[in-house]
Amino acid sequence: MRTLVPLPVVVPLLGAALTLLLAGKPRIQRAISVLCLSGTLTVAVLLLVQAYRHGPVVVAVGGWPAPVGIVLVADQLAALMLVVSSAVTLCVLLYSIGQGQSDTSESSPVSIFHPTYLVLTAGVTNAFLAGDLFNLFVGFEILLAASFVLITLGGTETRIRTGSTYVVVSILSSMIFLTSVGLVYAATGTLNLAQLAQRLDDLPDGVRLALELMLLLAFAIKAAVFPLSAWLPDSYPTAPAPVTAVFAGLLTKVGVYAIIRTETLLFPGGRAHILLMVVAGLTMVIGILGAVAQSDLKRLFSFTLVSHIGYMIFGVALSTAAGLAGAIFYVVHHITIQTTLFLVAGLVEERAGSTDLRRIGGLARVAPLLGVLFFIPAMNLAGVPPFSGFLGKLGLLQAGVAAGGPLPGVLVAAGTLTSLLTLYVASRVWNIAFWRAPRLATSEPVVQLPRLMVGATVALVALGLALTVLAGPLFDVTADAAADLRLRTPYVRAVLPGGVP
Amino acid sequence: MTRSGAGPTLVLVLAVAVLVGCGVILLLERSLTRILLGVVMLGNGVNLLILLGGRSGGAPIVGTGPVERMSDPLPQAMVLTSIVITFGFTAFLLAVAYRSWYLSGDDEVPDDLEDRQIIRQAGRNEAGAVDFGGEGPNGDPEQVDPEPARRRLRHGDES
Repeated sequence: MRTLVPLPVVVPLLGAALTLLLAGKPRIQRAISVLCLSGTLTVAVLLLVQAYRHGPVVVAVGGWPAPVGIVLVADQLAALMLVVSSAVTLCVLLYSIGQGQSDTSESSPVSIFHPTYLVLTAGVTNAFLAGDLFNLFVGFEILLAASFVLITLGGTETRIRTGSTYVVVSILSSMIFLTSVGLVYAATGTLNLAQLAQRLDDLPDGVRLALELMLLLAFAIKAAVFPLSAWLPDSYPTAPAPVTAVFAGLLTKVGVYAIIRTETLLFPGGRAHILLMVVAGLTMVIGILGAVAQSDLKRLFSFTLVSHIGYMIFGVALSTAAGLAGAIFYVVHHITIQTTLFLVAGLVEERAGSTDLRRIGGLARVAPLLGVLFFIPAMNLAGVPPFSGFLGKLGLLQAGVAAGGPLPGVLVAAGTLTSLLTLYVASRVWNIAFWRAPRLATSEPVVQLPRLMVGATVALVALGLALTVLAGPLFDVTADAAADLRLRTPYVRAVLPGGVP
Repeated sequence: MTRSGAGPTLVLVLAVAVLVGCGVILLLERSLTRILLGVVMLGNGVNLLILLGGRSGGAPIVGTGPVERMSDPLPQAMVLTSIVITFGFTAFLLAVAYRSWYLSGDDEVPDDLEDRQIIRQAGRNEAGAVDFGGEGPNGDPEQVDPEPARRRLRHGDES
């Protein structure tokens, strides 16, 4: 079982090399990418089963034992994130292949798309599996470097304009992360997460808080938490639809994952949770108010993305097992739903020629399937029962009420308000883009949406519904993961079986 | 910061301060070339800072001297990695700046289009007309005809 752990990183990297070599043969290129990501998904599922039944799976890469060598750790949280992320990346890959086959694609993926996309996947999985702070940094850099290429794909003027913002902000956040890695090493003399968990406890309070805030600052930029979120709605919407979808679904959640690790394994019970709670509330409310004001579908979804990051930060900031379990469940739900919505926005663009709400209308009449594909995830995002969005929000709000106190109370209110405003935004899009009377002035024949694009979107909508149906078992897994994260000992003992040196 | 022998020299600490300070100031500029210079300075400053985190001393090779006099090799390994990463990012940013200059004639990072539009609307104190969309086909004054679908003829379709 141990030999499986590095595979989610190694297989996509090898696939990237192969697809780069076979750049001239798109058919083989596609087959290799799909095979690699299906393999990753299978391995991820196996790892999750193993981690759930027998505890974290640890492998020492290079053969050196834990504190000296680099370890990859697949505990329940990491394995769960692996499963969701590889399922989502696989669907988005199929969607992009479908888009490449369509008659209308202005942005048919160039040959560099597949290698870069696989490198991005490898970066994401490496960040999830890293048992070492510097390896986490390297994972972030791999995915950032790949995302730079993807966001400026084609090099048109708009993409360069928005891409430059993204590149500069990402580089700045990497610098902050790197600085904090250096400072953590200077303060403790180690970078292994399990060993850090022990050594950071012995540091003076002030030093601890400073290190925690530095790390949180770096991760909050990546996760787009409110005061640091302005870059996201500017830069995501102009990229090709599959790229935006996978960025929106995964990249911010890697930041959230890093925040969860920092807050549970490295700095449990730190003083930052009040700050986190305040920014979580602001993220929710200000993000969704931004979405209310938008008139472009992709930008609107970018703002809902920012806003719903607030729910996860809220769950983490509660620092109770229930809050953490809710946050992990919400991460899983949100990766799936937000990716689906961006894929639907891509389909709308393909079908109607635009995502500007002033230009489109009546899509429910001319493309009923598209209407259904939008309606289900949109209601899911807004938290209408019985969907997983409702269950996730319910879990978080219950945890907030159980925690008691004025600040969690305010956040519960903010969460409810955000949910209602999300419903308003979703129904506004529904009314304008799908329900109002269409204007069919053109005599052009309608565009046939490629079957693979629709199929991939249907698969993701089905995954979102599966999360609803299987919410009970999933909540068991997340609650178990949260309990392990709170205890810290399962992780530390798995990485350092001989005790802490 | 160090347990033995030579501590971090003040010169090195000052170099970090100057590099990071200048880098941050340059990052606040609008032109991508200056931002690029800022990234270079900031990156080098941070790399030096990592080097300061470990013990300094002799070469860390077993047999060349007493172990407690050796420098800490780990920060040096990390610095090597981060130098490579900074270098790659600098190259990419340079490419973006060049492309931006090539396409638009300058390398400034402009404000977001939609943001400017919303600010203009707020200045005139109007709401987006899109919310008042009526029921009929011509109920909404702002609804524009959908653009003709972008179609690319496949080979053989012409016949």
